[in-house]
Amino acid sequence: MTTLLWLALTWAQIALGLAACLATYRILVGPRAQDRVLGIDALYIAVMLLFIVTGMRLGTPFLFEAALVISIAGFVGTISLAKFLLRGEVIE
Amino acid sequence: MTALETLPPWLLLPVAFFLVLGSTLTLLGAFGLFHLKSFYDRIHAPTLGTSWGTAAILLASILAWSWLQDRVFLHELVIGICVMVTTPVTLMFLGRAALHRDRVEARGGVTASAAAVPPAQATSKQPLPAGE
Repeated sequence: MTTLLWLALTWAQIALGLAACLATYRILVGPRAQDRVLGIDALYIAVMLLFIVTGMRLGTPFLFEAALVISIAGFVGTISLAKFLLRGEVIE
Repeated sequence: MTALETLPPWLLLPVAFFLVLGSTLTLLGAFGLFHLKSFYDRIHAPTLGTSWGTAAILLASILAWSWLQDRVFLHELVIGICVMVTTPVTLMFLGRAALHRDRVEARGGVTASAAAVPPAQATSKQPLPAGE
């Protein structure tokens, strides 16, 4: 039964890593600026989930706090980038 | 992996199922972000990862940590609430910014209408009545 959990954890890490790679492709290639912002949004979600899964695998609670910080900082970053695209400046 | 080996089989099955479900949905969302053609299609794809991708992995984490710590361990709900409240706000903001940019430049299949006022003016506050 432990093999099942090992397989699930390994698949989760591989899938989330691939998701981060695809989001990175959209950041690098994305034809316009909003595509890159969307790629950053998807990238931080994938990396946050990868931190949680890795924290489960290693049995350490520290990566959970890093995931919490990533989720909050990513939200602020994406909102400010979207606002920059909309208005041309972040703080008016 | 050493601590997780103490999980009983009845708990191990849902943990593994939620892990596989969440990571596969996140991968599908990222593949949609990679594959779809227009920005307005692509903006829908990563929400797979932010809705059930995040929820399933956080459920698996809650189940595993609650067993390992011998108490109900709900810290993951903070991340879940944070992600699920902020994602619609972010994507609506981003979609509005993209629509504004496409209208200004008449790109992406969006017609540049003369009535399209910049959102800075459209969303500005109406002047208050004199009594307030």
